[in-house]
Amino acid sequence: MNTEEELARVVRDHAGRLAGSLVSLLGDFSAAEDLVQDAVEIALRRWPVEGIPDRPDAWLFTVARRRGLDVLRRQQNYRAKLQQLHWPVQPEPDDRLRLIFTCCHPALAREAQIALTLRVVCGLTTAQIAAAFLASESAVAQRITRAKRKITDAGIPYRIPQDDELPERLDEVLTVIYLLFNEGYLSSTAERVHSRDLVDDAEWLTALLYGLLPNEPEVGGLLALIRMHRARTAARFTPTGELVLLEDQDRTRWDHTAISDATSLLTRTARRHHAPGPYQLQAAIAACHSEAATWAETDWEQILVLYNMLLMLQPTPVTRMHRAVAVSYVHGPGSALAELDELSAELDAYPLFHATQAQLLRELGRDGEAHAADERAAALTTNPAQLGLLQERLAH
Amino acid sequence: MKYVLMFVETEEFAKEFDAMTPDERQRAYQRVYQWFDDHRDKIRGGSKLQEPSTATTVRLDGGAPMTTDGPFMEGKEVVSGFTEIDVADLDEALRMVKTWPGCPVVEIRPVLEL
Repeated sequence: MNTEEELARVVRDHAGRLAGSLVSLLGDFSAAEDLVQDAVEIALRRWPVEGIPDRPDAWLFTVARRRGLDVLRRQQNYRAKLQQLHWPVQPEPDDRLRLIFTCCHPALAREAQIALTLRVVCGLTTAQIAAAFLASESAVAQRITRAKRKITDAGIPYRIPQDDELPERLDEVLTVIYLLFNEGYLSSTAERVHSRDLVDDAEWLTALLYGLLPNEPEVGGLLALIRMHRARTAARFTPTGELVLLEDQDRTRWDHTAISDATSLLTRTARRHHAPGPYQLQAAIAACHSEAATWAETDWEQILVLYNMLLMLQPTPVTRMHRAVAVSYVHGPGSALAELDELSAELDAYPLFHATQAQLLRELGRDGEAHAADERAAALTTNPAQLGLLQERLAH
Repeated sequence: MKYVLMFVETEEFAKEFDAMTPDERQRAYQRVYQWFDDHRDKIRGGSKLQEPSTATTVRLDGGAPMTTDGPFMEGKEVVSGFTEIDVADLDEALRMVKTWPGCPVVEIRPVLEL
């Protein structure tokens, strides 16, 4: 493990916890979060030189407290509270759950929820978030400042939602993590291995949530889904960094222990609950792929059944598009293409739609149309790995 | 915290309302009265407004004040009433608004406390 990864891991293990305690103490989300962010930035400057301290949590706490006494000089009540606070802080129930629900409050814009969760719960710096999303640091900083102001001004509470609100609010949290996972998963290329691995953050967040809410089946479902995909990482790129489609991956390079762990997590989750939700279904689809020894042995009928269930819960054009791939293996490319045609208006701007269409057209021997569809996909994609793959197809 | 709930009507809602029989309309009003009654401990006043066609807008940002007929934003969605509430936080306001039986859009805005 390189130092950068270790730093990220240590910071992530402690920053959110500290933020949680300080928000409770000060009753001011924004002020508390600023102190933690300052402490994290100081740590990232000093730890690579001085080494990671034996008790990083105590170190971060001390620095944040000192910063607080310094910065919050004018707020007498904050100072008084901070002065009374000494290490070790009372081991209270993990406050990070409240923190997560506040960061993912539905009254905040989606992008703000994502940025806040990364910064506050995972302890990323604004610069790291900006780099991960290829955004400017000032844009991310502004997004975070506005979100924090809204939390204070609009009275967004710092608490775990009541039982009757929990399903809806948890949905919001899982959406944020899922988007984070997707962003990391799709943007990962060989050249970007040194940038922040959002997939890692997404897995970590889901595992944290799973520990805090062990009886929520969709949390287990999302965790299994993320782990199932991560288990294939080693086979997703060629040594020179080109994307390898699932169909062409060397399955011996998958992490089969991780796959079987994710499968048993999914089985345990499913056994305890009826009617699987969308994340469990997606994980089950991923499991079908992971369990097949070769692409040819994939159980497409089972996958199609799972997509039919998913479509009932999530009748989106993108789900229908993915389902069409399963249809092509069960009922032939002709029927799949007919289903895709119905989506052409809604998914016209979506590169994967055209790439999928091209694949089916090629199988039907309609090479000219396939070429045009691939060209359209290449024109639309912003993802370098996808573009590489499409250009290679177009060249043949 | 104090919030103002701004009730927003859409064209479609107005049409549906106009198409109601007197009885249905009576029941719709009844549901709204019931909602105000259910939350009376949190409600600090407010009013239903007259039609947007009765509005007059004055613009002060262009040199001489300019008075025009109509609401400041011409659109298909118009503020049709408001009420001030006093609740613990945004979640309590949201909980209240989610049971609102009237017009289809409600904006929740915290009151600036000076």
